[in-house]
Amino acid sequence: MTIEVRVPTILRTYTAGEKSVTGEGASLRALIDDLEANHPGIKERLVEGEEKPELRRFVNVYVNDEDVRFTGGLDTELSDGDQVVVLPAVAGG
Amino acid sequence: MLTIDQATYDALVAHAKRDQPDEACGVVAGPEGSDRPERHVPMVNAAGSPTFYEFDSTELLTLYKDMWDRDEEPVVIYHSHTATEAYPSRTDIGLANEPGAHYVLVSTREHGGAEGPVDFRSFRIVDGEVTEEEVTVVDHLPARSPA
Repeated sequence: MTIEVRVPTILRTYTAGEKSVTGEGASLRALIDDLEANHPGIKERLVEGEEKPELRRFVNVYVNDEDVRFTGGLDTELSDGDQVVVLPAVAGG
Repeated sequence: MLTIDQATYDALVAHAKRDQPDEACGVVAGPEGSDRPERHVPMVNAAGSPTFYEFDSTELLTLYKDMWDRDEEPVVIYHSHTATEAYPSRTDIGLANEPGAHYVLVSTREHGGAEGPVDFRSFRIVDGEVTEEEVTVVDHLPARSPA
């Protein structure tokens, strides 16, 4: 099971400059753990919370163009060939 | 230094005035690595607030996919301040995630949505550090150098 993950510029320090990487996992939570194994440090930039990590407020993740906030957050299920895009929110005050 | 053409400059200012009293936001995209702000894309402020802005998440994805298809990047990321100076707030600095972009602030505090001059300033925000840069407004961007 292979899932393509599009990495934003700001996180490419963790992927040796690669714009996209592949990972595995039956859920977004599992995929992020798999990414962390290959790209240490990336998880902390995506999720927060010790017990049960959740997506950071200003990080957007899309699975096949759907914002995961509307599909179960980190528990969103993944299938082979899914496309995941990570985009930091563009926000401020 | 940010070099921007008059028509795009005017469009950013008009957007800031139009969205009063809320903050306006958007990008000017350009070819990757060119530092040319060519394509103005006004965005919806999903926060709909006079003190906060956030690109709508669906629009954000569409914007980035369009830019990837065109080999573009966000050359300028802009938003307005409606009651404070055109300088990045602490929140702006904490959430700045495009180290290559020119962060443009337009302050409408003096005249609001009415006619009249605005403050238009540009900054680099890298690792929490803010550096102001000169803004040069030209009639038209110079011709693209041959690839």
